[in-house]
Amino acid sequence: MLDLTWLLIAVPLASSFVLLLAGKRANPWGHWLGVAASGTAFLVGLLAFIQMLGLDEHDRSHAVHLFSWIPGGELNLDAGLLVDPLSMTFVLLVTFVGTLIHIYSVAYMEHDPDRRRFFAYLNLFVAAMLLLVLADSYLLLFVGWEGVGLASYLLIGFWNHKPEYATAANKAFVVNRVGDIGLILAMGLMFAYLGGLDFQTVFAAAPEATTAQLTAIGLMLLVAACGKSAQFPLQSWLGDAMAGPTPVSALIHAATMVTAGVYLIVRSAPVFEGAPAAQTTVAAIGAFTLILGAVIGMAKDDIKKALAASTMSQIGYMMLAAGLGPIGYAFAIFHLVTHGFFKAGMFLGAGSVMHGMSDQVDMRRFGALRTAMVTTWVTFGLGWLAILGVPPFSGFWSKDKIIEAAFVGEGAQPWILGGAALIGAGLTAFYMSRLFFMTFHGKARWTDGQHPHESPALMTVPMIILAVGSAFLGLFLAMGDRFSTWLEPVTGHAEHHEPVLPVPVIMVATLLLVAAGAWFAWRKYGAADVPETAPAASLATIAARNDMFQDSVNRGVFERPGTHLTRTLVYADAALVDGAVDKTAHGFARTGESVRKTQNGQVRSYALTMLVGLVIVILVVVQGGL
Amino acid sequence: MSFTTPEIAWAPLAPVIIVLGAAAVAILLESFIRSAETRRKVQLGVSLVALIAAAGTAIAQWAALEGAGTVVLDGMLTVDRQSLAWQVLIAVFGTLGALLFAARTRAGEEAFTPLGSVAPGSTEETLARRKGFQVTEVFPLALFAVGGMMLFTSVTDLIFLFVALEVFSLPLYILVALARRRRFLSHEGALKYFLLGAFSSAILLFGAAFLYGATGSTSYAGIAAGVSSVTGVDAMILAGAVMVVVGLLFKIGAVPFHSWTPDAYQGAPTPVTAFMAAATKAAATAALLRVAYEAFYGLEWELNWLIWAVAIASMVLGTVVALVQTELKRMLAYSSVAHAGFILVAFAGFPDGALSALPFYLASYGVATLGAFAVITQVREKAEDGTVLGEATRLGQWAGLGKRSPWLAGAMALFLLSFAGIPLTAGFVGKFVAFAAAISEGGWPLVLIAVIASAAAAFFYVRLIVLMFLTDVPDGQEDAIEIDHSPLARVVVIIAVAAVLLLGIVPGPVLAAFENAGVLLLGAAG
Repeated sequence: MLDLTWLLIAVPLASSFVLLLAGKRANPWGHWLGVAASGTAFLVGLLAFIQMLGLDEHDRSHAVHLFSWIPGGELNLDAGLLVDPLSMTFVLLVTFVGTLIHIYSVAYMEHDPDRRRFFAYLNLFVAAMLLLVLADSYLLLFVGWEGVGLASYLLIGFWNHKPEYATAANKAFVVNRVGDIGLILAMGLMFAYLGGLDFQTVFAAAPEATTAQLTAIGLMLLVAACGKSAQFPLQSWLGDAMAGPTPVSALIHAATMVTAGVYLIVRSAPVFEGAPAAQTTVAAIGAFTLILGAVIGMAKDDIKKALAASTMSQIGYMMLAAGLGPIGYAFAIFHLVTHGFFKAGMFLGAGSVMHGMSDQVDMRRFGALRTAMVTTWVTFGLGWLAILGVPPFSGFWSKDKIIEAAFVGEGAQPWILGGAALIGAGLTAFYMSRLFFMTFHGKARWTDGQHPHESPALMTVPMIILAVGSAFLGLFLAMGDRFSTWLEPVTGHAEHHEPVLPVPVIMVATLLLVAAGAWFAWRKYGAADVPETAPAASLATIAARNDMFQDSVNRGVFERPGTHLTRTLVYADAALVDGAVDKTAHGFARTGESVRKTQNGQVRSYALTMLVGLVIVILVVVQGGL
Repeated sequence: MSFTTPEIAWAPLAPVIIVLGAAAVAILLESFIRSAETRRKVQLGVSLVALIAAAGTAIAQWAALEGAGTVVLDGMLTVDRQSLAWQVLIAVFGTLGALLFAARTRAGEEAFTPLGSVAPGSTEETLARRKGFQVTEVFPLALFAVGGMMLFTSVTDLIFLFVALEVFSLPLYILVALARRRRFLSHEGALKYFLLGAFSSAILLFGAAFLYGATGSTSYAGIAAGVSSVTGVDAMILAGAVMVVVGLLFKIGAVPFHSWTPDAYQGAPTPVTAFMAAATKAAATAALLRVAYEAFYGLEWELNWLIWAVAIASMVLGTVVALVQTELKRMLAYSSVAHAGFILVAFAGFPDGALSALPFYLASYGVATLGAFAVITQVREKAEDGTVLGEATRLGQWAGLGKRSPWLAGAMALFLLSFAGIPLTAGFVGKFVAFAAAISEGGWPLVLIAVIASAAAAFFYVRLIVLMFLTDVPDGQEDAIEIDHSPLARVVVIIAVAAVLLLGIVPGPVLAAFENAGVLLLGAAG
């Protein structure tokens, strides 16, 4: 079965093409084909997983050769898959959660005339994501990387009849291109310094490279990871990406695609091992983003945007862990998996709420939904307990470990990173409880004519399954260090280090902060009345509501200079070139004589450009040479 | 003074002789076949047979080539795997071009004016149209251009370089002027192209004179020897070298020698634009490679500045100005300027890798370009009474094309993605090998700019894709556009799609073949 893992990619990809090409006649059954493709991928992944479990720990890394991609010459590259515990973890997460979300979407998108196209894109995403995690070289990973970007772009803009949604899609595209540049440059550096792009060559050559080279590669990889995973300073697109249909937010912008950056860092561990500076930067970016996301999450009234800020913050935790080196890798992935479950579950819950509330997203117009939507309330509640890190729910097992690991080290670093992680836990408790209470508790603040109702079984069953995962998966995987042992062949064995504070102290402090955060939220949003419109607020709150003015910063730093450059160049070129066209257009109306005049003038100026260019070039070259 | 007849090895010249011979025959056919319709069919047949035979012969020679290659005409020409690779490429572009030349609308209209020698809008023109005249001379003209380009890739002497340059340029000037519609624009483009082309030829010739004065030779080998024998730097040699390079940069369309591109691309009949964009760039790149690696290799350090500056200027200006174009053919013209910059990136530091990377880059760029323009020929404006007019080249007119013709729009999207260098398309692999070549010689900052420029360039490509697929046809415009499926243009699109996908997904065999082409017979490199 391990040799058949290419089916994981081929099946959803083929299904995607069928759905796109079959046209309207596939409308009645198209969505089920999409579900079946995703389900098949899950089965293939499961069988491969079972086979892998039967193997000895050291034989679990399995290479699948597909075809010779770029043969010969300096760059010899085969397209192949690498099936090892790390990629297998992602395969199971993506296909399992993906299949559940496919099923959910059947009901959620029921009334959308373009449901077939939606499933085609979802299948495309699954195929690209699996290619990303299964690739055995950075170049093939990049193919998947672009593929998930494309699918994300298509799905954010799925309802493109609303202009602002199309804008959101474009924004995601732009920011992701910045990340892509990082990955391309990292590949270029690897090729130049390490002599190849496949994992094997790169990782074998990494120990011999200089620290400066590895740091450069590491930082470029980090730029790529920041773009894809919405980490500071490339986080601005994630909130807008919520314009996509909610199942998309659950699958792509919570559980899987946005975690690709974490995967990239963990996969590139041998590079980061030789580049402590880059590693520290990863941890610092993670720590900063986890606080930033939490602060933004505290001020958002849009349920999906609050969840998006939370995703950003939780991925910050994973990045922080990934930046800690071998002691953090396993926990980063562990948290990624549990987060995949509880966050996807909560997004589906949010979708269920929107489904019952005529697509309302303003939490100030929710309240008291616990009686109207019991299943949604309970499943969402389990996700809420998980993300808070309340024992024994999943998030506790993964997040607590990250906080502990952040406190390991020397000098000021553990105090800063650990402190950020600890404070983040308290903030998380506050904003998630705020979200939970505002939606499900307190008084009903519904707009007129709302009749909230529970969603159909096709939607609730996936939510229930994810909720079970949110509740128990962490405990199951943490027992006997199952998960860390499973990943050990990839992430390496971590020496045990003592944190700067005793473990029980950290744990108690975390739980106290969580309890305090939740209690504050209850006081303000559960027990007290919530105003139906956002009250006037302090400067800090306004900043948080506006995503910390990230858009304005982007505009000032990137957009304006870019616009000026464009204008200047266009003006320069217009004076010479475009002017000619305008004049020609006018010339049509005039006589042929005047046209000839314009032409002569313009050609002369063209020739002048060339001459000036030539003279400058000769002067520079000759002067430079002499 | 005695004159000895040079010994000519005819066999290695076979591909060029086939094309030029066929062109001469085709000119004669013009006078002997009366019916325009028959003439068109015969001319197309002659062109296709000649071009395919030339490509086949070149491939056969490649297979039969012993050692690195053959010197022909007393060192004027070199036939090695590098030149054969380019000859095959150009013959293939010529074949696809000829198919587009012959493509016509359902109403039986081709892209060319019925009679080139009459004034636009005159009664004679109307008469010629009514009588069904056709300028079938376009086929022999294109053959002459292809023959000249094939020579251009193999010459190793500056005099012959100039001759080959004129052989392929003159037919192109005429072809650009022959558009059926918007003839003023076409004439304007052609005149500009001609005047500036003459100017650049003069510069090239001037440079050759300098080099002859400094080294006493016009052959690449002689110049290379002269360059290496001079200690320090000779301003004459440098100035001469720069002028020759600039003459070629004009043909590649690099900034600041690009100003003819937008007008010529826009004004020319679209089949001519397609052929010219793909083939001229390939031929000029081939010639630049050869002159740089065989004659100026010793000047690498001095010329590097020029390459860097022109590459950066081309990438930045091409990309940025393309962003604001609203006319499709002009947008693609500026995109070709940016691509000229990407081509030059591979030259940075004269890496050996460029000799095999650039044929691949040009192959990927050429097929996508031919394909994209072939799509453009089929998207037509329609008058209110239902008559099909000229091509719809305003960007806005392409809104919702995905709904009108998903296949055509899909093909166009693929070509655009290839231009943008998105993985699994030919353009990605092309950019990758070209940039990798530059990196191997330390061209880091240049590659950085190139990567950023190509990321920015993705916008205007993607913008068109968004326009085609995610935007609805504007209200009231439902009947303003007609998809005019012409079978020959469709063949070109299908071939181009297949090539872009094949070169993108399994580039292996072609890359390996070009790897063999990376050895110059006389090169200081490799």
